[in-house]
Amino acid sequence: MAHAAVHDTHDTHDHKPQGFLHRWLFTTNHKDIGTLYLVFALIMFFTGGSMAMIIRAELFEPGMQLVQPEFFNQMTTVHALVMIFGAVMPAFVGLGNWMIPLQIGAPDMALPRMNNWSFWILPFAFLLLLSTLFMPGAGPQGGWTLYPPLSLQGSNSIAFVILAIHMMGISSIMGAINIIATILNLRAPGLDLLKMPIFTWSWLITAFLLIAVMPVLAGAVTMLLTDKYFGTSFFNAAGGGDPVMFQHIFWFFGHPEVYIMILPAFGIVSEIIQTFSRKPLFGYQAMVYALASIAFLSFIVWAHHMFTVGMPLGGEIYFMYATMLIAIPTGVKVFNWVTTMWEGSLTFETPMLFAIAFVILFTIGGFSGLMLAIVPADFQYHDTYFVVAHFHYVLVTGAIFAIMAATYYWLPKWSGNMYSERWGKIHFWMSVISVNVLFFPQHFLGLAGMPRRIPDYNIAFADFNMISSIGGFWFGASQLLFVGVIVHAVYFSKNRATSKVWEAAKGLEWTVPSPAPHHTFSTPPVIDDSMLAHGDVSH
Amino acid sequence: MRRVLAAPAVVLLGLLASAAANANPQPWQLNMTRGATQTAREVHDIHMVVLWICVAIGVVVFGVMFVAMFRFRKSKGAVPATWSHSTKLEAIWTIIPILILIASAWPATTLLIRMADTSESEMTIKVTGYQWKWRYEYVDYFGKQPGINFVSSLESQANRTRQLGSGMDPRDIKVDGHSTYLLDVDKPLVLPVGVKVRFVVTADDVIHSWWVPALGWKQDAIPGIINSAWTRVDEPGIYRGQCAELCGRDHAFMPIVVKVLPKAEFEQWMTAQAPAPATAATATTLAPTTAPQG
Amino acid sequence: MKHDARGIAKVALTVVAASFLFGFAMVPIYRIACEHVLGIKLSGEAADASRVALMTVDESRTVTVEFVTGVNSKLPWDFKAENVRVSVHPGALTEVWFDATNNSTAAIVGNAVPSVAPNEASPYFNKTECFCFTEQTLQAGESRRMPVRFVVDPQLPKSTTTLTLSYTFYANELATRQLSLLSAPLDGIAKN
Repeated sequence: MAHAAVHDTHDTHDHKPQGFLHRWLFTTNHKDIGTLYLVFALIMFFTGGSMAMIIRAELFEPGMQLVQPEFFNQMTTVHALVMIFGAVMPAFVGLGNWMIPLQIGAPDMALPRMNNWSFWILPFAFLLLLSTLFMPGAGPQGGWTLYPPLSLQGSNSIAFVILAIHMMGISSIMGAINIIATILNLRAPGLDLLKMPIFTWSWLITAFLLIAVMPVLAGAVTMLLTDKYFGTSFFNAAGGGDPVMFQHIFWFFGHPEVYIMILPAFGIVSEIIQTFSRKPLFGYQAMVYALASIAFLSFIVWAHHMFTVGMPLGGEIYFMYATMLIAIPTGVKVFNWVTTMWEGSLTFETPMLFAIAFVILFTIGGFSGLMLAIVPADFQYHDTYFVVAHFHYVLVTGAIFAIMAATYYWLPKWSGNMYSERWGKIHFWMSVISVNVLFFPQHFLGLAGMPRRIPDYNIAFADFNMISSIGGFWFGASQLLFVGVIVHAVYFSKNRATSKVWEAAKGLEWTVPSPAPHHTFSTPPVIDDSMLAHGDVSH
Repeated sequence: MRRVLAAPAVVLLGLLASAAANANPQPWQLNMTRGATQTAREVHDIHMVVLWICVAIGVVVFGVMFVAMFRFRKSKGAVPATWSHSTKLEAIWTIIPILILIASAWPATTLLIRMADTSESEMTIKVTGYQWKWRYEYVDYFGKQPGINFVSSLESQANRTRQLGSGMDPRDIKVDGHSTYLLDVDKPLVLPVGVKVRFVVTADDVIHSWWVPALGWKQDAIPGIINSAWTRVDEPGIYRGQCAELCGRDHAFMPIVVKVLPKAEFEQWMTAQAPAPATAATATTLAPTTAPQG
Repeated sequence: MKHDARGIAKVALTVVAASFLFGFAMVPIYRIACEHVLGIKLSGEAADASRVALMTVDESRTVTVEFVTGVNSKLPWDFKAENVRVSVHPGALTEVWFDATNNSTAAIVGNAVPSVAPNEASPYFNKTECFCFTEQTLQAGESRRMPVRFVVDPQLPKSTTTLTLSYTFYANELATRQLSLLSAPLDGIAKN
């Protein structure tokens, strides 16, 4: 994407290394690394997406038509791992790399060499993960949650999967450390923490979550590894272990992980809504505190993923109440977005369309989340398509829509060119309609009794599955438009972006030229509070 | 829920038709089943309460949002306001959700407590999940040991049909006009109507989950651990469910069928299954055979 | 500034190391939380004899104790309870017997894994003698009668009227392999 920057003429300070390999392999530049992350995430989005297409094709009709159940299980497992660790998280890290130094007036990330390393681990981690699909005995089939004993039952590919997860974990941890060090250390003078743009805030909190929980995942998968190969019995009932304990450790990581994938999205949407409402973000401080409380609550609600394992009554009640509490800070965020729009002066460019769709559709995912928190009802919802619908609403129309919104919002800053608004809007409308055709019927399927992770089903589930599959193919095809719009904007668009790009854009990133030069803020900018997007910093 | 006496058989036979309708998933079914037990109905009711709360909040929030989108368009000449804070508003939308949450948590908690209460049960069934079938052991029936123990797995026609490239049409598998594809077994679990049945659920190899939507709950079956749950089915009928926890290759192909009979018929069935006298002294002869089948 | 960033990175790496260790620490924490917060006893160890001795028999009520038995499908044994159901007074020491038979043509070591339902009642179920405390070795074709002596704590909540105790026998593959290597026939008494 940043290729266009190479030939930029008005940037005389550029000291970009020449030569493709030299530039991209050895880069320590936050913008180049951000671009690498984003391109990698896009490739992984299509990799995971093609697996989803296989899943939806097999589920198009009752009866087994295309793949064996073993392969279907590999698809559901690897689709999830690729989308979570390969698409959503690297996309957010890429956005953080690009935008955090620009938003806080820093010349680069605090630890640029580590930054290079944390990116370049990822392609190898995913090559390793994807290579298991071609190994004898096939790839992981036990679901991305890797519940033992099932995950340990299969072939030795689990060892490769665990190594790949370790590498992804190391990459995310290093990325998170870098972001923390950058935000705490390299802010321009006068840019106090409570004056930071909300996207930077959301990433600071996310980074703390990452360093706190990714190592727990590493511990959990290490225990799986020793259980399989070194004779330990952490999770093996025969040896005095407890399979349920794995679920506790896994979800102690897993629930904060869910918020790692949504908090930066909150930040992005907050930025975009205020820009296109031409009005300061309503309740900036409340938004920051809501982010922090959601992050805190994420540590104490993990067992709501496992209400059916047979927890004692007291545990179920506690986790139900704690989970319901999350609705309060999340509600504050939604209400504040809506209020930010109220009495604004709204325009509906593509980023704003995606942000509005995010607010509505993420809230629908939040509603089903609230329903899932009600333990007696969860006994019916658990492990059905209702859950599948729920987490795809929060992750696809939540996280992915926010990433797309961010791409449209900042692409002119990255590439120096405006994307095609017409095709951006076509992409939006195709995506937003198809994604609902894809996922909304899955609520009905789950309520009617269709379990998740099954390759075949009763005739009663046939109609909605077919609709869902049609939506799936449509949504998948619509994403080709996304690539088209990006490629056009980066390489072919004649429509040069101004440095401010959007009429009401505020914040330091809009004070540098478009495309952003290779080196920015070599001398710290002077902060003027009125430049900060959220307006009144006292609230 | 506390009703113990079985209603007259005639009435029950009349109810069979409606029970059958509740027992199968329906094409185009939009909502959770009301089920066949008091618990399932209460679960359905609390599901509806929370659903309507969410719909109401959604209508208000999205309504305000759409009004904003139409009223405050720049193209209509809207001039942006500059306010960005209101303590009163923020207090309101912190407190109101708290009240709504308390209102929905209360009935959920009381229902949960009732669902956890397995005491005063009159019958105990041990359910064991295997890859990929279920074993049912009748441990206890009103203080006696029926000594019934069998394995229940996917019926053979569906099993042939579901093979990749079988060329068979899943739509051909029907019972009473309802598709039973992947929802029928060779040997169903048979239960009496109106009796509080306690289940102890475990697994042999990996984690499974025993789920019949009409009963209103699912319970994970975990190797080495027994979990308990209970039900009291109100109407005779055939209730279908599936394994609900990914358990490997044939996770989709280990259905659950519960056949609920009037008490007298159930006792006949039970005698036919286990002719041996069922007393504690002979319990040893009636215990499970442990080798898995298949 | 660089130097400062390294400092932050060091603190962050300490956090990372701590949370990696915390992942493993969750193993004992889980046990402690289960036993002291949620009141589930996970260990199948023998009850403290002095504590059991202090219990007085509560004649005023009876509790039904059910025994369900299972054998993992990898273990060619039969295993059953002689009494599937007993009624006991809390505080009274009760003995029940179980029978295990090795149907295979080789000696096998098995371990029994106990579990109590409802799980909240598990701390009130005290075993003073159980075959599940040790490995059990059965020679080819051998049958063994094994006792369990237990006391139900009189403090058991009144609402609990039925307890189910489940034993599942698993093959102890490591010990079985060692056994076949030794080849000297053991006398059938539980090792260890």
